[in-house]
Amino acid sequence: MGVEPSEYGQVWRFFILALVPKGSLLMIEMQDVWKEYRNGTKAINGISVKIDQGEFVYVVGPSGAGKSTFIKLMYREERPTRGHIFVNGFNIGRLKDRKVPLLRRNIGVVFQDFKLLPKLTAYENVAFALEVINTPRRVIRKRVMDVLDWVGLADKAHMLPSQLSGGEQQRVAIARAIANNPSVIIADEPTGNLDPDTSWGIMKLFQRINDRGTTIVMATHNKEIVNTMRKRVIAIERGVIVRDEPKGLYGYED
Amino acid sequence: MARHVREGFKNLWRNGWMTFASVSAVAITLLILGVFLTVALNAQQMANYVTRQLEIEVFLKPSISDAQGEQVAQAVRQLPGVASVQYFSKEDGFAQLRRDISPQYRALMDGLSAKNTLPVKLVVKATSPDELLPLGQELRRLPSVYQVNDGRSVVDKLLHLFNVLRNLGLVFVVGLTVTAMFLIANTIKITIFSRRREIEIMKLVGATNWFIRWPFLMEGMMIGVLGAALPYALLVWGYASIYQRMSGTFFILPFPLVPASDLAIRLAEVMFGLGIAIGVWGGAMSIRRFLRV
Ligand SMILES: Nc1ncnc2c1ncn2[C@@H]1O[C@H](COP(=O)(O)OP(=O)(O)OP(=O)(O)O)[C@@H](O)[C@H]1O
Ligand SMILES: [Mg+2]
Repeated sequence: MGVEPSEYGQVWRFFILALVPKGSLLMIEMQDVWKEYRNGTKAINGISVKIDQGEFVYVVGPSGAGKSTFIKLMYREERPTRGHIFVNGFNIGRLKDRKVPLLRRNIGVVFQDFKLLPKLTAYENVAFALEVINTPRRVIRKRVMDVLDWVGLADKAHMLPSQLSGGEQQRVAIARAIANNPSVIIADEPTGNLDPDTSWGIMKLFQRINDRGTTIVMATHNKEIVNTMRKRVIAIERGVIVRDEPKGLYGYED
Repeated sequence: MARHVREGFKNLWRNGWMTFASVSAVAITLLILGVFLTVALNAQQMANYVTRQLEIEVFLKPSISDAQGEQVAQAVRQLPGVASVQYFSKEDGFAQLRRDISPQYRALMDGLSAKNTLPVKLVVKATSPDELLPLGQELRRLPSVYQVNDGRSVVDKLLHLFNVLRNLGLVFVVGLTVTAMFLIANTIKITIFSRRREIEIMKLVGATNWFIRWPFLMEGMMIGVLGAALPYALLVWGYASIYQRMSGTFFILPFPLVPASDLAIRLAEVMFGLGIAIGVWGGAMSIRRFLRV
């Protein structure tokens, strides 16, 4: 299954997985969560959901349904107006601003627009994420090459984002997201800007990350992928969960 | 910390013109402050010096004759705290005046010598500087005394003038400080804006708030230090050369100037202290308003 990005994290995870039956460790839990934006938009209207360690979950729904908001609540980009959210043991509603960085170090986020720094090479982009959380230099050097190798970009490590294709840029972003060995990866339409072939490559990458035991929550509009991969599907409409199936289908015509 | 310093420097370099403007603003502010401080320290020194002189000039009333003056002098010699009394008759005063006045008026003065209305003058030496003030009070109470110059009055006048100047300067410096602070805040706002992508990613991957803030505080601090260094060097150099040229005294008067090395230390404390404070405060203002971490 390739080179592991981190020795320590994996050992730790191995112990946890060995101690408890797969899928029984709660990674994300929402209890009657509501979110009203300051302008009065009611984006999430009473959602309760549980996602276990190691699950792969698609979040689907029409545009404006609240998928992005649902995801932002998980890494505390937004705070719930009401209800409780637990992610990887953190009580998000009660979490002090000061502690948010600790939460974020355990969550990898991937976006539609990659969010790479244009003036940094692929290598530097990944290294940057480790640098700013005070990872020792020696560890950074090894870890960055490991993850770039793992996403298949070892030979393009010293290229700028502008010299890379969209799919390659997204691989760099994914490498950055997994560099600190997070226990959960959250992705908001990671294939939204990519053509179908490239999207499949990215999707396989997520599958491999999930195979290592990392929980994945992904909002997507990609019908073909959802219907082929047959993972858990949570459908959101107007801020509520209208469907939650273990091996679900996309269920919309768009 | 090394990283924050490096990033701070990078920030400075990247918005060169704004940095230049803020550094200049700080420099001008601190230059003015430094000049005032230099003058103030010397005025202080002068005041101290004058009050530490042991001599008191006493002018008797013009109606007091030389003979009566001798008696007063004798009485003053008996006062506690008096070391010696020098007597200057009306004639002495006239001669002194004649010496000081320009030659073209001397003839005129000679015509007046018969009606000498100059007062008798006593120069009283106190036994110690501490005796000076009480002794001055004592002398003022004597009925035949017209005026007492115990250094106190000179100092009071000096200090008054100096206070007015200082208050004006203070208003000026406060105004300039605020201006400089806003300029710095603005510079750092621009930096924050130009680095918003990096900041966004730092937040996403879990950099601590202080980790994100530090480079910007550093940038402000560096602007402050740079802004202080220039006027500081200028002032210290300028003062040292003036000090040397005047061989340590204030024009012809025997006031000793503050030694250049002492002044350099005081200026360093105040200028760099305020420079850094302005910089950090400007940075903090920007961070609070625009960084929101
Ligand atoms: N920052 C915000 N302030 C106010 N309203 C917002 C904000 N972000 C989203 N909304 C609103 O909340 C609702 C849900 O938005 P959200 O982005 O979660 O939808 P979505 O399901 O991700 O849509 P899409 O599929 O188009 O990405 C929408 O009505 C949107 O306009
Ligand atoms: Mg969205």
